[in-house]
Amino acid sequence: MSLDPVFTPAPERHVLVKALANRSFLIGLVITASIALMALLSFFWTPYDITRLQVADRMQGLSLVHPFGTDHMGRDILSMIMIGARNSIAVAIVAVGIGMGLGVPLGTWAAARGGWADEALMRVNDVVFAFPALLTAVMITAIFGPGAVNAIIAIGIFNVPVFARIARAGALSLWPREFILAARASGKGKALITIEHILPNIVSLLLVQGTIQFALGILAEAGLSYLGLGAQPPMPSWGRMLFEAQTRMAVAPHLALFPGLAIVVTVLGLNLLGDGLRDVLDPRLRRER
Amino acid sequence: MTAYLAKRLAIGLATLLVASLVVFSVLEILPGDPARIMLGLNASPEALEALRSQMGLDRPVVLRYLDWLAGMATGDFGRSYTYSSPVIELVAERVSVSLPLALMALALSTAIAIPVGIFAAARRGRLSDTIAMGIAQVGVAIPNFWFAMLLVYIFAVGLRLVPAGGFPGWGEDWGGVWQGFKALLLPAVALALPQAAILSRVTRSAMLEVMGEDYIRTARAKGLPRRAVLWRHALRNALIPVLTILGLQFAFLLAGTIIIENVFYLPGLGRLIFQAISQRDLIVVEGVVMLLVASIIVINLLVDICYAIADPRLRTGR
Repeated sequence: MSLDPVFTPAPERHVLVKALANRSFLIGLVITASIALMALLSFFWTPYDITRLQVADRMQGLSLVHPFGTDHMGRDILSMIMIGARNSIAVAIVAVGIGMGLGVPLGTWAAARGGWADEALMRVNDVVFAFPALLTAVMITAIFGPGAVNAIIAIGIFNVPVFARIARAGALSLWPREFILAARASGKGKALITIEHILPNIVSLLLVQGTIQFALGILAEAGLSYLGLGAQPPMPSWGRMLFEAQTRMAVAPHLALFPGLAIVVTVLGLNLLGDGLRDVLDPRLRRER
Repeated sequence: MTAYLAKRLAIGLATLLVASLVVFSVLEILPGDPARIMLGLNASPEALEALRSQMGLDRPVVLRYLDWLAGMATGDFGRSYTYSSPVIELVAERVSVSLPLALMALALSTAIAIPVGIFAAARRGRLSDTIAMGIAQVGVAIPNFWFAMLLVYIFAVGLRLVPAGGFPGWGEDWGGVWQGFKALLLPAVALALPQAAILSRVTRSAMLEVMGEDYIRTARAKGLPRRAVLWRHALRNALIPVLTILGLQFAFLLAGTIIIENVFYLPGLGRLIFQAISQRDLIVVEGVVMLLVASIIVINLLVDICYAIADPRLRTGR
């Protein structure tokens, strides 16, 4: 005897289809991909060679030859922004990598272990969060010497507790669930369960937080290089371009306009991508927020 | 309530103690001997030794840490090597710039963000909601120092309404206070806008979440006007996440003005610490960082107390 189908669930659309139907995700993806492509392209081609200074062409306005104008040493701003994108992206990616690489194992370990380990991790987190992030990043780079590597470390350190906290919260909510209980009953150890069952289920949380931290990393890097503590010349960086533009704003405001817009567009793209990802990957999160 | 607060207070104090250990040890292992930096490279070994013992640098590390801790507990943060005045006086002078600036920025961002957030939540999905949240989305992405530069270009260079930078002090009379206020106006706006963007998004989503609750429907069903429900029932319950972000933002504003202070050449805490780091004036760095950490902990504690007031469930133990 066959059962009458009382309720047939609607076929789940593929995640990719859902993602592309999400406006915020789509716009964010297009912006982020364009910035990434621009950075990649700069390895092979830029409109001008920025290592050649042409002082005769200094501080030109917008033109067909130099769409974004030239800076105080006659370098093409568009080319500098393209190369500067590499620096911003590299710093932010590695900083997020440090945060995930250290934070996720710590957070999932604390959730699996519980007890003193969990309490200790949370208290260490409290201490790190008690330090003003930007100021401490400034201290680290000022003390250990300015440069891209120290900027990465300074930004990355503050990503560790962020990811530890997210991973812990996600893992804690999974441990009491039946499928974890089943895995434990079948004799799997905590480490194996964490890798096989916990991690795949918190990946979307981590991905969403990753995009947010990526955007924050770009802003932080811009701030540090504005203070002269990020990537050092001759490597162009958006933050230092803004610093160099500041004293010349009365004469050539466009010098400050385009590097700033580059930062805004990149961060905006990443935030939209993160918002979209959150909606697509985990609709529950949208309601909880 | 008491047990809850006692626990938060104990955690706060323990955090402060660990933070002091971290600050002290990090600055201890740093390259660069303050005595040598003060005397220059050509100093004689005897002079160096004399200064080191005068500054107490030749004493055991543990003793110096305990001395430093005991000093701070009694309000003595030591003397700056470079300014040759007590750290606490330097800090007091700089706080008179940084604190008003942070408060102005906070007031401005709250005044903008909370009404916008409520408005957008009330008109969810309509054009005005989409526009407001679109602007907020862009606002979150704007680096505050770039926004500051644009403000200077428009209002200081172009319209000449306010000074482009510097701080004249608070003066003796109301005219002086007005000059000081004017100097902090653009920095405060520059700090407030990106903060307001974040806060309005948080307010909107907190309101939306609350408005889906049953008690809101009950309040509407018993005939309360929409406006009363929005302000009396929904807002009060949406306050917790909003308070969290406000606390975080105030903590950020106290210390995070470092870049904005550089844009406007303001003699605030951020610049003090920035200069002290480059001159290896460690006692100043230590003192200011500890004060900032302490104020962040106090702010978090205040936020916890506000939670308990806003949410009675927290008072009766979880």
